Amino acid sequence: MNALRGDVAPGERSARARDGAGPARTAPAGHAGPHVTAREAGLVRCHACGLLARVRRLATRTGLHCPRCAAPLRQRKPDVAARTWCFLVAAAILYVPANALPVMRIVSFGSAEEDTILGGVKALFATGQPAIALVVLFASITVPLLKIGGLAWLLLSAQRGWTWRRRDRTRLHRLIEIVGRWSMLDIFMLSILAGLVKLDAIATVEAGPGALAFAAVVVLTLCATASFDPRLIWDSLREDVP
Amino acid sequence: MSGGGAGAPGTRGLAPRKEGAGARSRPAAARRPLVACRDCDLLHRVAELPHGATARCTRCGGVLAQSRRNSVDRSLAWTAGSALLFVLANTFPILVFRMQGREQQNVLVSGCLELARQGWWPLAALVFVASVAAPALRLAALLHVLVPLRLGRTPWGFVRAFRLVDALEPWSMLEVFMLGVVVAIIKLSGMAEVLMGAGLYAFMMLIVTSTAATAVLDRDLVWRHAGGRAAVAGRMPRAAEGQAT
Repeated sequence: MNALRGDVAPGERSARARDGAGPARTAPAGHAGPHVTAREAGLVRCHACGLLARVRRLATRTGLHCPRCAAPLRQRKPDVAARTWCFLVAAAILYVPANALPVMRIVSFGSAEEDTILGGVKALFATGQPAIALVVLFASITVPLLKIGGLAWLLLSAQRGWTWRRRDRTRLHRLIEIVGRWSMLDIFMLSILAGLVKLDAIATVEAGPGALAFAAVVVLTLCATASFDPRLIWDSLREDVP
Repeated sequence: MSGGGAGAPGTRGLAPRKEGAGARSRPAAARRPLVACRDCDLLHRVAELPHGATARCTRCGGVLAQSRRNSVDRSLAWTAGSALLFVLANTFPILVFRMQGREQQNVLVSGCLELARQGWWPLAALVFVASVAAPALRLAALLHVLVPLRLGRTPWGFVRAFRLVDALEPWSMLEVFMLGVVVAIIKLSGMAEVLMGAGLYAFMMLIVTSTAATAVLDRDLVWRHAGGRAAVAGRMPRAAEGQAT
């Protein structure tokens, strides 16, 4: 491990000085193979700016801060299992009213028509726009399900320490991070319709209770994605490291 | 651009750190900065990257470093353009709606205002944050960081502002909003006439420019600058103090 000393990222030296952290002695000797993680080397990657800082011993809440950007330094995201499960369970519960209750109410010439998420997709198919209907189907049905199911599976497999297809599971987390935001589509569409169609007697669009539940699902799944730490997928490689 | 794992072009000189003697006997390799993968924590020594190249983790494929030519200049140009387009997109109507001889227009924030008026204020707040507040704050923070950097100064509140840029990224959903506009147009096309307003054209260009501003930005470069300046200004030790228990 000595080869590491002296050539870590800038600012590392001052972190060592201030935090009383010394040469890395956390990783047991003879332990590391060709693949060494930052944690095994006694380093912490700042989640905000990517700086590698050396610390001697870092519990979850020691109150150490990144010497470069002052963000709290943590070896892993805090309480991953508790936080992510909370967000996921809440999202899964709210997913039911989000799909069962009407998302919007279109009042046109006195007759009101209520639309659920799936109903909106069906209506788009009916108007002869299958491409757009598929996009909406993907954004408002597939993406939330993928997020809830995918994250639950990632979390479960990480907690169990499964070694199966780590690389693909890391990719799945990246995919969820990228496509997650697209489930806001329905909320935006509702907001645009509500802001545009305001002809009092002729036509108006109002939000329904389903929209509130659906928005909550979107926010909760975004939070769940952010609170999961993909490094846990790889941590089980060397369980003897503290 | 380069992708893939070990051995792909552009990942040259990028390998998991070899243990012990190997790293020592090659001082040039040892001088390369250590980078830990964001997704799997594996340590790598990253060689100087050619412009436009991306270094990826050999184990999980996560992005380790990206090198962009004239990163600060180009990002600043795209950001300044975005700021201008953002103002235009918010002042001119997005869509014009004609039905039964009556005409209605909406601007970017009309949707939030209407939702709030109907009493759905959490929805209104979410839409406002994702389509107006987060993108605006993000552009402002980027300008606040990049303009002084371009002039060779260290911006006031640099660290907070630049962290804000990254923190707001997941909540800034301009492109999703755009797709929402498209779906809304199709939904209404059966019952009324819908025209695109000047604001929508500005909005489309805003998506292009703000995406480009982020894509060409070399975050590591900006952060390295921060490290250097903060150290000179004597701020580094204080930042590192924390409230150690």
